[in-house]
Amino acid sequence: MAKELLKGNIAMAEAAIRAGLEGYFGYPITPQTELLEWMSERMPALGRAFLQAESEVAAINMLYGAACTGARVMTSSSSPGISLMMEGLSYIAGTEVPVVIIDVVRGGPGLGNIAPSQGDYNQIVHGGGHGDYHPIVLAPASVQEAIDLVVLAFDLAEKYRTIVFIMADGNIGQMMEPAELPPMRPIKTEYPDWAVRGAMGRERRILSSIYIDPKDEEVTNYRLMQVWNQIQANEIRYREYYLDDAEYVVIGFGTAGRIGLSAVRMARAEGIKVGLLRPITLSPFPVPQIERLIPRIKGILVVEMNAGQMLEDVLNIVKGRVPVEFYGRMGGMVPFPDEILSEIQRMVCEGIPLDGDPRQRWMKRLAPVIHWQN
Amino acid sequence: MDTTLSAQIVYQRPQSLTEATMHYCPGCTHGIAHRLIAEVMDELGIRERTIGVAPVGCSVFAYNYFDCDFVEAAHGRAPAMATGIKRLLPDRVVFTYQGDGDLASIGMGEIVHAAGRGENISVFFINNAIYGMTSGQMAPTTLPGQKTTSSPQGRDVETMGYPLRMAELLSNLDGAGYVVRRSLHDPKNIRMAKKAIRLAFETQLRGLGFSMVELLSTCSTNWGLSPLESLKWLEEHMIPYYPIGDFKVAEPLKELKV
Ligand SMILES: Cc1ncc(C[n+]2csc(CCOP(=O)(O)OP(=O)(O)O)c2C)c(N)n1
Repeated sequence: MAKELLKGNIAMAEAAIRAGLEGYFGYPITPQTELLEWMSERMPALGRAFLQAESEVAAINMLYGAACTGARVMTSSSSPGISLMMEGLSYIAGTEVPVVIIDVVRGGPGLGNIAPSQGDYNQIVHGGGHGDYHPIVLAPASVQEAIDLVVLAFDLAEKYRTIVFIMADGNIGQMMEPAELPPMRPIKTEYPDWAVRGAMGRERRILSSIYIDPKDEEVTNYRLMQVWNQIQANEIRYREYYLDDAEYVVIGFGTAGRIGLSAVRMARAEGIKVGLLRPITLSPFPVPQIERLIPRIKGILVVEMNAGQMLEDVLNIVKGRVPVEFYGRMGGMVPFPDEILSEIQRMVCEGIPLDGDPRQRWMKRLAPVIHWQN
Repeated sequence: MDTTLSAQIVYQRPQSLTEATMHYCPGCTHGIAHRLIAEVMDELGIRERTIGVAPVGCSVFAYNYFDCDFVEAAHGRAPAMATGIKRLLPDRVVFTYQGDGDLASIGMGEIVHAAGRGENISVFFINNAIYGMTSGQMAPTTLPGQKTTSSPQGRDVETMGYPLRMAELLSNLDGAGYVVRRSLHDPKNIRMAKKAIRLAFETQLRGLGFSMVELLSTCSTNWGLSPLESLKWLEEHMIPYYPIGDFKVAEPLKELKV
């Protein structure tokens, strides 16, 4: 199929449809709304289920019910809506039914704004809903990658009977880029042996997240952890750029990773040996890949569009063996490549202390940038 | 005709109920409601294409008792979950079974919108005027003056507001095809309740929109009354506030003889 100029939100919607989506439930919220609107046109035209729910609480529970039928189903939202979905997510995780959720993250906390942000890292990657569960979280950095990851998301969700998030940001959702859509896959005709579709000629099936005896709930938790172990072993995805001879590494995902790459290229042009590691799976996190870099590098710069949520995970891996620096913009602000370039230059020229708190140092440097007056 | 004793079964477990022993307290009417629904499922021959949605509340384990496919919703979200199932499988029969805390308090948004959309599902709403499972707190349907563990001096409408009449409220919505209130306190009313349950399923089978049967029910344990006193209390206190009646009956149902 030829490349066309596609807007991220619409590209993700159409990719889901072509991946065999049977049901979509959602609620309007910027900067994700075009996705829902696209579904409202296309899904009924294809004879598939589309419903604008009365809230994200309803949407996630409609999704939960629909997922129990074994069908390919999806919702999408943006940060405040995802916050509302947390209860449902926990139930879905506890029931072990596959769903795909697209979060086009916006600035927060609170109502915040509609600008691109990565402030949902913690609420998605590290839970949010109650109990122990780990969704797979995929972070695209371009429209093409968003398309490819949406298709992958459905396959992973079904393979592991788990929640798969696409964590995009307002930038990926709103941006237009040339990209290629996948061919239309047929809707599936066979449904898994746990699917609740009416007990026609078979024993009844029950799907529930309740295990009233703690012994059974512990076994369920153990099973969830085993699946998570498999996911960690098999599903880590990332992109490396200029890492072969790199002495410094920028780590960033999604839009921040993409801007980081521009900065890395500019630094390379100045002869600085710096590369980029861009995690595509935020969960499972590319732990072994970072681990392998540690012995041969002089420093890491973590770049995010939040106050350092992924930074915590990097610090946890590095454990003080290499100096780590952080640069983030918050609340819907997006860093420019030259902001990151000057961070790289400073890191190389001045060096970074091994101790101390990278977030404290960053706040001092950021204060004049945002005209903070105390 | 076989007239031997063994052939004259007049009362037995409906096929749509499992053999599991119910966990409900003595005097509780959940068991009656379950049985009526199961009898109607048998009569309509829909067991194999019915999917039930259990609530959070005393009937959280309803799925253990019905011999059909079942899912267990989050507190109050059964109508949303049922919507998701019904939209994917429009030719299946989908019902929710919900208490008054579940449906009229935490799940108010989901039930109103399911009814407003004319969602083609059937809802069996157990109104026992109290939160049973969490041991007797005030429900949105608790009567004025009624003592509960969270209204120990009795429900004071000045500060705690008034009970909600859900059947009346939902019957005002255009999407509602069949909305009635029945009671489970005596055999006559139980028979009427069964007919209503039948009509609720008929509503769904005919694609006439949202159907709900509100069933006035007892909670002897948390009311602090004996089973017999509970039935009497229901009749004397609940029915005056929650009148038995048909609040919305779609035209095609009126001709139906069940
Ligand atoms: C989100 C959430 N809040 C609160 C609860 C606790 N809870 C469980 S059942 C229940 C009330 C149930 O009462 P009702 O719906 O009237 O059903 P009954 O037990 O009387 O049959 C409550 C508050 C919960 N499980 N989940």
